[in-house]
Amino acid sequence: MTDILNAFVLLANFVLIPALAYGAQLALGALGVTLIYAVLRFSNLAHGDLMAFGTAIVVLVTWWLQSSGIGIAPLPTALLALPVGILGAAALALITDRLVYRFYRRQRSPGVTFVMASVGVMFMYNAITRFIIGPDDRRFEDGGRFVVRVPEFREMTGLSEGLAIRTSQVITLVVMAVVTAAVFWFLQKTRTGKAMRAFSDNEDLALLSGINPDRVVAITWILVAALATIAGTLYGLDKSFRPFIYFQLLLPIFASAIVGGIGQPFGAIVGGFIIAFSEVMLTYAYKGFLAYLLPQEWAPAGLVQMLGTDYKFAVSFIILVVVLLVRPTGIFRGKVI
Amino acid sequence: MSGPLRIVALYGTMALLILAVGYFQSWTVALAILNLSLISAVMALGVNIQWGYAGLFNIGIMGFAALGGVATVLVSMPPVEGALAAGGVNLGLAALAIVLTLAAALFVRERAPAHLRVQAGLATILVGYFLMRMFLDPASDAIEALNPSAAGYLGGLGLPVLFSWLVGGVFAAGAAYLVGKLTLGLKSDYLAIATIGISEIILAMLKNENWLTRGVKNVTSIPRPVPNERDLQAAAWVIDLADRFGTTATTAAAVIVRLGYACLFLAVLAVVFWLSERALKSPWGRMMRAIRDNRDAAEAMGKDVNRRHLQVFVLGSGVVGIAGAMLVTLDGQFTPAGYNPLRYTFLIWVMVIVGGSGNNWGAVLGGFLIWYVWIMAEPAGALLMSSLAQGLPADSWFRAHLMQAAPHLRLFLMGLILLSVMRFAPRGLIPEARGR
Repeated sequence: MTDILNAFVLLANFVLIPALAYGAQLALGALGVTLIYAVLRFSNLAHGDLMAFGTAIVVLVTWWLQSSGIGIAPLPTALLALPVGILGAAALALITDRLVYRFYRRQRSPGVTFVMASVGVMFMYNAITRFIIGPDDRRFEDGGRFVVRVPEFREMTGLSEGLAIRTSQVITLVVMAVVTAAVFWFLQKTRTGKAMRAFSDNEDLALLSGINPDRVVAITWILVAALATIAGTLYGLDKSFRPFIYFQLLLPIFASAIVGGIGQPFGAIVGGFIIAFSEVMLTYAYKGFLAYLLPQEWAPAGLVQMLGTDYKFAVSFIILVVVLLVRPTGIFRGKVI
Repeated sequence: MSGPLRIVALYGTMALLILAVGYFQSWTVALAILNLSLISAVMALGVNIQWGYAGLFNIGIMGFAALGGVATVLVSMPPVEGALAAGGVNLGLAALAIVLTLAAALFVRERAPAHLRVQAGLATILVGYFLMRMFLDPASDAIEALNPSAAGYLGGLGLPVLFSWLVGGVFAAGAAYLVGKLTLGLKSDYLAIATIGISEIILAMLKNENWLTRGVKNVTSIPRPVPNERDLQAAAWVIDLADRFGTTATTAAAVIVRLGYACLFLAVLAVVFWLSERALKSPWGRMMRAIRDNRDAAEAMGKDVNRRHLQVFVLGSGVVGIAGAMLVTLDGQFTPAGYNPLRYTFLIWVMVIVGGSGNNWGAVLGGFLIWYVWIMAEPAGALLMSSLAQGLPADSWFRAHLMQAAPHLRLFLMGLILLSVMRFAPRGLIPEARGR
């Protein structure tokens, strides 16, 4: 009995909790991508770098707050800095839209032109982020590190395996739940949210009903900038902040959005968790887990790992390809790009 | 200015720009720029074949370039003694497992009942994967244990390095065939995301499969297709030549070596260019453009769009692979950690868009121009920053920050160039000819 409990504590510690936190971060990122796709109708390749930019501002403000002794311990100071980061990212997104995307929208350019333009935007965001904070690893986590510590948990339960829950993981899940609830409430209940959905459904009809397209687009960018900054900050708190990592997150984020059905906000959330769980479960070494469950003489010699951690991108890719081949609209019947 | 005149004027300006570097700075630097420009131009031709001819949005260029690079290692490095004996049998069995898995998967796809096809296919591949790992893991452990500080990998075949350029193209084309089979038929955005995925996976493999590539330990001193500078410096004719031009033997040797590379690269560029131009002007090229401009109409005319896309995807990726092999040959080393999508994927895209997609003259010009700007932007950025920081005290943190940030200016400049060209000259510097 203890062995079974130990095995599942081990699994919870190394698979369940990290995957939940990572899934929440991906879900928020994918929600941003999906909203852009729904309203502006293109795949924004600069999304990862928008996340990096927002987070860079959060990091800078956090450092400033820390140095002037302002904090909300045991919560990380970064939460206090978040609004500033969101404002910065929203301003950047709105300026970009005004200078770059609006021109192509007026021209009614094909989607691929927007994607190409987003490559140019990506270059510039990349430069701006590296310009203000540099390309290196930055740590900005503070406050209480753990909610549950390994020794405490062992003492409490008497098991030999420990469970650690980090503050950043709990915060990630709470923030994600609050933010998605707010976004869904906004999209379903408010006038502006309804206008956005109408615009996404049928642009011409929405225009005929007197919806102001510039306003819808502007609000979408603000929403997306907020989601990107929040996702980026949570990821940075959970792991660490490095601009290049955020570019690499683009693949799992897009995979999440597409698996869920691109253009479908709810699909993005589900997709985020699907990708995160597959990634963590396939790259976890089950040796310890099986050693608890199986009789001693059956204990595995190898690591029992499906894929090395370095191949985690392969997981997103494989899921993406399988979904596209089997059900191109994604789980929740999104648009077919 | 139109047509040929415009091409001559732009190419002439480009030549003057490079000559200016040689005249004012140094000829070795100018030749270094020329060599990388030639490689960039080949790579840009590869992208142009996919994007300009057929409208395929491939942003996994980096992966195919890296695959070409690994061919250089596998072809030209001397074999590591004992490596094959240590892991050869198991490697063979692993390869056999892959082939069997693929065959079984194809069989399942043909024969399984429709509603079970996906599940059965996935199960087959899963079983095959474990079978492959069963042989691959001991093989890679055995090979990596062999003299890990100096070797620890299979080594190559010890063949002439020039041969590896061809092999690099074949590697990249083969990978493109497999990938294309899976992902073509997807619309542009999906294909883009899928190709990003492919390139990340290829890079992850090259970084981690140490038995094949030494991973992040890098493979250095790859054989060269041109003589060594040190041998040349001592040669009587080089010393004589250096005297005649009033320079040192060291400089003369460096210039000769780089000229040698330039000739080789130019030959490849010329062949690829000639073939691409021929293809573009043939019925095949017209068909490709028809598919690009109106897929449905082309399909209605009986063109097999997916097949043609696969073909052009394979061809373009092959060209990128050749360029990737040339790049590793020029560097003399293979460093998987050095591949970065901004430099190896998106920069190439900027070249094609700026030069003029659909036009081979444009793609080549873009390769030269953008590489030139990319190289020149670094000192220019440092200059700009130091002039900005002039009023600041030497020890101020802001000055240090500005100087540190200077290298990132060129990323900004690239974005700016791409967006400006897209906005104000969307068809590029040398637009595609649209005639009857």
